[in-house]
Amino acid sequence: MKPTASDIQFYKTLIFFNALIPLLIMLWDFAHGQIGVNPVELSIRTFGVLTLIFLLLTLCVTPMRKLFGWGFLIKYRRMLGLFAFFYGCLHLLTYMGFDRSWSISGTVADVIKRPFIAVGMVSFLLLIPLAVTSADKMLRRIGAKRWLKLHKLIYLIAIGGVVHFYMIVKSDVFWPVVFAVALSVLFGYRIYSAYQKARG
Amino acid sequence: VVSPSPTDTAAAMADKPNTFAQITRYNNFYEFSTNKTAVAVEASEFVTQPWSIEVGGMVAKPRAFGLEELLALGQEERIYRFRCVEGWSMVIPWMGFPLAKLLELVEPQSGASYVAFESYYDKRQMPNGRFAGIELPYVEGLRLDEAVHPLTLLATGLYGQPMPNQNGAPIRLVVPWKYGFKSIKSIVKITLTNQVPPTTWNKAAPNEYGFYSNVNPTVDHPRWSQADEQRIGEFSRRPTLMFNGYADEVASLYRGMDLKAFF
Repeated sequence: MKPTASDIQFYKTLIFFNALIPLLIMLWDFAHGQIGVNPVELSIRTFGVLTLIFLLLTLCVTPMRKLFGWGFLIKYRRMLGLFAFFYGCLHLLTYMGFDRSWSISGTVADVIKRPFIAVGMVSFLLLIPLAVTSADKMLRRIGAKRWLKLHKLIYLIAIGGVVHFYMIVKSDVFWPVVFAVALSVLFGYRIYSAYQKARG
Repeated sequence: VVSPSPTDTAAAMADKPNTFAQITRYNNFYEFSTNKTAVAVEASEFVTQPWSIEVGGMVAKPRAFGLEELLALGQEERIYRFRCVEGWSMVIPWMGFPLAKLLELVEPQSGASYVAFESYYDKRQMPNGRFAGIELPYVEGLRLDEAVHPLTLLATGLYGQPMPNQNGAPIRLVVPWKYGFKSIKSIVKITLTNQVPPTTWNKAAPNEYGFYSNVNPTVDHPRWSQADEQRIGEFSRRPTLMFNGYADEVASLYRGMDLKAFF
């Protein structure tokens, strides 16, 4: 089953609009006064979780390609990664706007003072070079080898994101642990396949 | 970092009571759920009748009090600020009576110096309690002088109505100058003692939650700042007040104490 160019375009559009649905639901709820008692916390948390979800979806592409032979999935990986960056931006902006009242110095002070904010901020900053170099033109400019090396940063970013989530929770670590387990499975696959490859 | 000092902005920032919907749809009640918006749903079937509180320990007249008896001790409205340790706050019009009124009836012995509280816990009614990540039943404690302070309330309702399940029906503690988790919900047991009582969050994370847990903008939680708070219904943060704005009434209880050490 090899999708044609127009299939791929169709699925890209489908993924694009689906990935925006959480944001649209939130805007709809907000416009209708249905966003709950603490919209500040809800929006910051939701954008954070969406960032993690899209990071994990991005990391799912390689194992799925190899395990199921779905090579075409690579066509959608960039979009998934860029959605991780998009929701990461919204997460940062809602935090800075609502929690820090747009104060740059307040944000910097917060990063210095609170380890979990620092972990989140570093992860976000590491996402920026990946987003910037996501275009084909950039890939050609820096060379495929270096590009691949650079984009390995996603492993560090995903770990940082999950740790950041784990650190904010007061006692019920269920969801951070779910993300940690999912991430471990995705890493486990890579370690296993690297081991198999090394063995020949 | 420009954080406005409490004195100049606090006066300008009025304390408008939160709406009934806000107060009853955003609750920390881990026995039912750790998701604040799910608590109201999970607690909707909570059976709170009959109810009684067993009052004992170092008292001359230990006994159980039925809810009707407690309601008969009188109901007054108290509009208090409520500051959660997580960094959000509300203003809540409670109904209730001073805890001191109940303690008078059991006559604490002269050696009693602390009051221990225990919440109702029933795994059948609260199946999600297993996932709370804290040891249940929930326990809390106050020093006796804190417990008999006129601001310390046993609350039986809010907005003139009986206490909603999700807010700690049918009777809960309200200590407005301390972080919200000190205000234990759905109380079934009160014990006078001469030992510092164990408290749930202190047991769960002793470096993060102390016995006193007075609202204090100058002592940060290890993971977040306590200098300011988000009042539910507002989109920016407002400065947190010392003792949640009740310093005139309660500061004398802690005279000479290092509040950083006794956090």
